[in-house]
Amino acid sequence: MDAEPVPEVPSRAVVVGGRRRPESLPGAARRIGYLYVAPAFILYAAFNLFPLAQGVNVSLYNWDGITPGTWVGLGNYAAFFTDPAIREGYVHVLILMFFYSFMPIVIGLFLAALLSRIRIRGLTFYRMLLFLPLVITDVVTALAWTWVYDVNGPLNTVLKAVGLGHFIPAAGWLGDFNTALPAVGVFGMWGEFGFCLILLVAGVMKIPASLYEAAWVDGAGAVREFFAVTLPGLRYELQVVLVLSVIGTLGTFDEIYVMTSGGPGTATSVPAYLVWRRLFQTGQVGSAAALGIMLMLIVFVVTYGLNRLMERGAQE
Amino acid sequence: MDASSPIACRVRIWLLIPLVALIGAACTPGGTITQPSAPPAPSTGVTEKGPVTLTVWDQESGPVSKVWDRLNAEFERKYPNVTIKRVNRDFGELKTLLKLAISGPHAPDVVEANQGWPDMGQLVKAGLLLPLDNFAKAYGWDKRVPENVLAVSSWTPNGKQFGTGRLYGYTTMGEILGVYYNKKMLADLGLTVPATFGAFQQDLAAAKQAGQIPIQFGNNDAFPGIHEFAIIQDQMASKENLTNFILGRQGNQLSFDTPQNVQAAATLQDWVKKGYFTPGFGGGGYDAAVANFAKGHGLFMITGNWIVANLGAGNRNFGFFPMPPMSAGAPPVSTGGAGFPLAITSASKHPDVAAAYIDWMTSDHASDLLLQAGEIPLHTGASTSAVEPGTVLAEVVNAAARVAKANGVVPYEDWATPTFYDTLTAAIQELMGMKISPQQFVAQGEKDYSGFQSSRS
Repeated sequence: MDAEPVPEVPSRAVVVGGRRRPESLPGAARRIGYLYVAPAFILYAAFNLFPLAQGVNVSLYNWDGITPGTWVGLGNYAAFFTDPAIREGYVHVLILMFFYSFMPIVIGLFLAALLSRIRIRGLTFYRMLLFLPLVITDVVTALAWTWVYDVNGPLNTVLKAVGLGHFIPAAGWLGDFNTALPAVGVFGMWGEFGFCLILLVAGVMKIPASLYEAAWVDGAGAVREFFAVTLPGLRYELQVVLVLSVIGTLGTFDEIYVMTSGGPGTATSVPAYLVWRRLFQTGQVGSAAALGIMLMLIVFVVTYGLNRLMERGAQE
Repeated sequence: MDASSPIACRVRIWLLIPLVALIGAACTPGGTITQPSAPPAPSTGVTEKGPVTLTVWDQESGPVSKVWDRLNAEFERKYPNVTIKRVNRDFGELKTLLKLAISGPHAPDVVEANQGWPDMGQLVKAGLLLPLDNFAKAYGWDKRVPENVLAVSSWTPNGKQFGTGRLYGYTTMGEILGVYYNKKMLADLGLTVPATFGAFQQDLAAAKQAGQIPIQFGNNDAFPGIHEFAIIQDQMASKENLTNFILGRQGNQLSFDTPQNVQAAATLQDWVKKGYFTPGFGGGGYDAAVANFAKGHGLFMITGNWIVANLGAGNRNFGFFPMPPMSAGAPPVSTGGAGFPLAITSASKHPDVAAAYIDWMTSDHASDLLLQAGEIPLHTGASTSAVEPGTVLAEVVNAAARVAKANGVVPYEDWATPTFYDTLTAAIQELMGMKISPQQFVAQGEKDYSGFQSSRS
């Protein structure tokens, strides 16, 4: 095809069997489209695809960042299955998902269900209050929580005051091997929860009141109403919340960096933290690149899988 | 609907990605290396007449940073054709950016580079730093500081041997680990400064008995644990073996898995069991521990000279001693040594001016000013007369001088391999959290060490 003059696109039509039918439907690909996407694509290629390709290339080498690398092929990827530090990081992320994704959604759903039955005065104010953690930088809130968990911090003070002092781990919440990861998780839950609630409550508002009335007329109780009306009505909000919180958990870095440096030992080490460590601290650039790319692939697969799952659920 | 074209379009976009990959990558990262040769024997001082701009990257902060500003201004007055462009970064930022900066097109002339395999070792290996031997001879640097200060900035030009070969960095200021003590609390407990390691442990028991915190400590930041371990290890292992181990001088001949290291690890664990450290130290921060110690909580604190600035150089409530040796009267041994050395990049267009600048920053005049800011001079003939006796600064300076005189300075152990800092900090947290035994601890260290040593050959 020849280069096309720009303005003729809408008027192109041929007469077939006496009926006017567009040669190409709106939304179908036309070459001129490439011109339209070119500026965005060039930027995207220069700042995303090109570095990504470089990352893939680097990941095939054993490279310290400055001296020439040595080719190791897929060796850095093989380490993904053999290196216990990497496996451990992903196990920690799975545990964190319980706190960052599962718990906020469960609590959010419960409150959303509650709000579908009762109306609260000053809801906007409470919503703002719950959303606040998301507005403040993670680093600031993580530092504040480090203080909350401190040996002489408010959490321990309260526990001692109510006679639960014997529950306090001797090494401190962030210093104990068993409590450090859940402690970070609770912090994440606190941050993530507001986001879930906002979306789910907004979703509940959108469900027509007539559905609730119908459920009420049919004699459904609170539980029945939740599963028959509220939960199906929140499908799309749940999909968004689930995907975003799972991706967010896989990329967890700030709070680990601020609160525990991956410690004690390696009890709170997560993949994104390993990437940073290997890239900037220990000069294992190739390994860091491979880890980053695997993380990207996992995020991609998980997102795709979750979306497919939710969509299939919607069709049933 | 004609559904085929959007899909065809999507396929074509996907094809673009490997194309971009081919353009962008497909070459060995890092490029080629050219080793710089040492400049010919230079004259001292600035001989260049035209205007010279010297770019200097450093990581100083607080009072020391102010001294640097003053010294830079004085250097510019001394040589009016020279302009210093100072780029000040914090330690972490410098560590991250330095490699990129030096290998880039606008490399600085003088940089403060951290010693050890991950930092200076890589820069040397990549041919990015200039050997300073001829400058050292011309200015007499090699005769001003103890041999081990030069050793930790020395590398073979291929970056494969540490602690030997050519000199790539120079400093006259140093660091020392030791034990700070609360003078009043020590006296109240009826104790004196211990003369042996055994006496030190008795002091710990006495403090615990009296309901005090024997050692103020917080290990949430992970690095303080290295210092607690090192200061015990220094008393148990031979300093020659430790130094050779850290510098990797005998490759796989030396091991981390030694009876002395097991003993040191067991001692550290024993102290934890006996409750000699701040309760909940695992979750406590280093800065908080320093602040608490300054407030009078804790009899001892084991850390480096750098907290003098936090306590206040003129503070008379605290004292400092090197960890006492096993047997009374034995020469003191402690981890420490040279501070951040100044290095000249091979990209510098004015290496002579850069050398004159390094000489200025390491002059007696400079060290007098830096001493007042809490840094410790290591060079011979350093005057400490300006330090008020009885202050914590005076005690730190005296302790450092005693250790240096006995040639008892051992380098930081985390320099031993590019990943040793990570390995050691994590393993010490596990050791002090009773997660692993002393044997498992040394095995973890040895695994890292032997892996790296065999990769070198």
